[in-house]
Amino acid sequence: MMSIVARPKPRNLGKLMVSHVTVAHGGGGKAMKDLIDDVFVSAFDNDLLAPLEDQARLDLAALARHGDRLAFTTDGYVVDPLFFPGGDIGKLAICGTVNDLAVGGAVPLHLSCAVVIEEGMAVETLRAIARSMAATARAAGVSIVTGDTKVVPRGACDKIFITTTGIGVIRPGLEIGADRARPGDIVLVNGRLGDHGAAILCARGDMALQSPVESDCADLSGLIAALLAAVPGVRFMRDATRGGIATVLNELAAASRVAIEIDETATPIDEGVRGFCEILGLDPLYLANEGKIVIAVAPEDAAVALAALRAHPLGRDACAIGKVTAGEAGRVSMNTLFGGRRIVDMLVGEQLPRIC
Amino acid sequence: MKYVDEFRDREKAEALIREINTVVAGIDLARHRPINIMEVCGGHTHSIFRYGLEGMLPKEIELIHGPGCPVCVLPMGRVDDCVAIAERPEVIFTTFGDAMRVPGSKKSLMQAKAAGADVRMVYSPMDALALARKNPGREVVFFALGFETTMPSTALTVLQAEAEGVRNFSLFCNHITIVPTIKAILDSPDLQLDGFLGPGHVSMVTGTAPYQFIARHYRRPLVVAGFEPLDILQSIWMVLKQIRDGRAEVENQYARIVSDAGNAAALAAVGRVYELREFFEWRGLGSIDHSGVRLRAAYAHFDAEKRFAIPNVTIADPSSCQCGEVLKGVIKPWQCKMFGGACNPETPLGALMVSSEGACAAHYQYGGVQRRMGVA
Repeated sequence: MMSIVARPKPRNLGKLMVSHVTVAHGGGGKAMKDLIDDVFVSAFDNDLLAPLEDQARLDLAALARHGDRLAFTTDGYVVDPLFFPGGDIGKLAICGTVNDLAVGGAVPLHLSCAVVIEEGMAVETLRAIARSMAATARAAGVSIVTGDTKVVPRGACDKIFITTTGIGVIRPGLEIGADRARPGDIVLVNGRLGDHGAAILCARGDMALQSPVESDCADLSGLIAALLAAVPGVRFMRDATRGGIATVLNELAAASRVAIEIDETATPIDEGVRGFCEILGLDPLYLANEGKIVIAVAPEDAAVALAALRAHPLGRDACAIGKVTAGEAGRVSMNTLFGGRRIVDMLVGEQLPRIC
Repeated sequence: MKYVDEFRDREKAEALIREINTVVAGIDLARHRPINIMEVCGGHTHSIFRYGLEGMLPKEIELIHGPGCPVCVLPMGRVDDCVAIAERPEVIFTTFGDAMRVPGSKKSLMQAKAAGADVRMVYSPMDALALARKNPGREVVFFALGFETTMPSTALTVLQAEAEGVRNFSLFCNHITIVPTIKAILDSPDLQLDGFLGPGHVSMVTGTAPYQFIARHYRRPLVVAGFEPLDILQSIWMVLKQIRDGRAEVENQYARIVSDAGNAAALAAVGRVYELREFFEWRGLGSIDHSGVRLRAAYAHFDAEKRFAIPNVTIADPSSCQCGEVLKGVIKPWQCKMFGGACNPETPLGALMVSSEGACAAHYQYGGVQRRMGVA
């Protein structure tokens, strides 16, 4: 007998014939199968997903070839509007989880994808989101290998919520952690800050402000791989999403029991984002990013790290924004462009536009 | 950024600081006790912390952060009234963003929203009027808040609603006026203020005439100041020169925006729509005569206080709060027993911890770096 072929014959995929999603598509019957097949399976198309078992089955030896530790992360994505300048919820849901793996030094490999859909959503919109997820995953070299779909009544969620979970593998020798910063270390970012937060606030349109700012939503795994190839001794990396770089710097200072001093003049912020923040009384240090990382490296590695970042398209505007010091543990401060000095604390709630 | 970066120039700042040091050296008083200068406006407080100005000034100068944050001085009882209106099923309650978090005696607007009230953040009262047009079956209420800076925009919105015959729109009016409050502070027996930075945005509307009594009657210098860090440093320098020369005048540093006569069209709209209340309650300061306005009888149909039954209960400030003493410059924020402990930005007890413009919240968040680091 010939050996059994691992991959089962693909079954016939269902076709979705309606224009809008209804609760029937969440009912577990043919309508649901049609939705999953036609929108998701056809877009995500890969060998590990194709059998459509209740779980993806991953070869341990294949994983182990990438390194010695498994990285495992999950994130939920909700954004209004679903499509915004520079991205959409689908791209966000892939990039965010891929980046969360990559900043730990992992090579991102596989993702799961669970979607909760509000009834009434146009099938075309859903297809556009699935296509965006598929294209982003393909470009990042990851496969979406398992998933789940739920449809909830109108009002029970806001259009669509996506949760992606990812696994990746960390190669031997990398030790990246929030507790590893040492006085003297240099703090780097890979480009201009606050673009995503400003783009989303503008795209919501309830401020009647127009701005050419686009979200920086991007898969950073390639950039990070280039950085780690040049500087395997990177001490810390974290993507500065919600809460902006101010939050990440505070987390780093607290976990490493060090102080961090940044320079306002060295902190790269797009003129459009600055203007936007001026008008609304927001602080760009707290605006969300979806394609920016805060990095800490030993002082002797800083020049090599910067060069590696700048050689990559997503790190062209990389720069050093400050340094780690032996000051009061957990304290982040900024030397203002005006020559003063202020504390950069954690935000208490969300940033609210000021009255006047 | 043009017209912004020019006012944040580091070299000019250093030159001004040198000038300030020279002037301070010529003031006798500075040898005995700090010179206390109050910035009246919350916008100034914000800039002072944002740019770390306190740390740049000579130690002989103390900045006292005044009552000019309309969000901070809103009494708890008024927030309770807001929540009561917002919780009515027919109401869409609209507000500026930073008023969402102000605590009432039971909840804030943000908490009311979470519990199901239809509370929406808007960026202009005209947005609220647009909501009223779009939702003819609902009652749209705008939380009118702020000093003379925001008064013209709400007055013009009422006039617009009247002209269009929009009937499902109203204001919950909490506008306040700064001059009676400055007067109340000047009349307090434990006062230790040597001069004022006058509120730039308010003055853009009112002009500089309303402050003349401060110079004439109370013999304190006042300089109407802009909001960029160089504006503030230059204004401090101007106040100090007056102190050194024994002058008490109203001067205008912010002449690029503020004219002495103010904005006649804005004042006319305000005068048409609003009249002074006999008194208004301020959080941290108590009741102050003629310090608030309400809609005139001719516009009563736009007055949410008349359209809806509101609890209208005065809630006393917690007795442990020392906001009043901080406001008058008697103590510093961190000298308050509650500061940073029971009273913090997450669970503010007192007025000044409420908004990022409040003196205590600004201290908590941006910190007097040297002081919190234990340097000074």
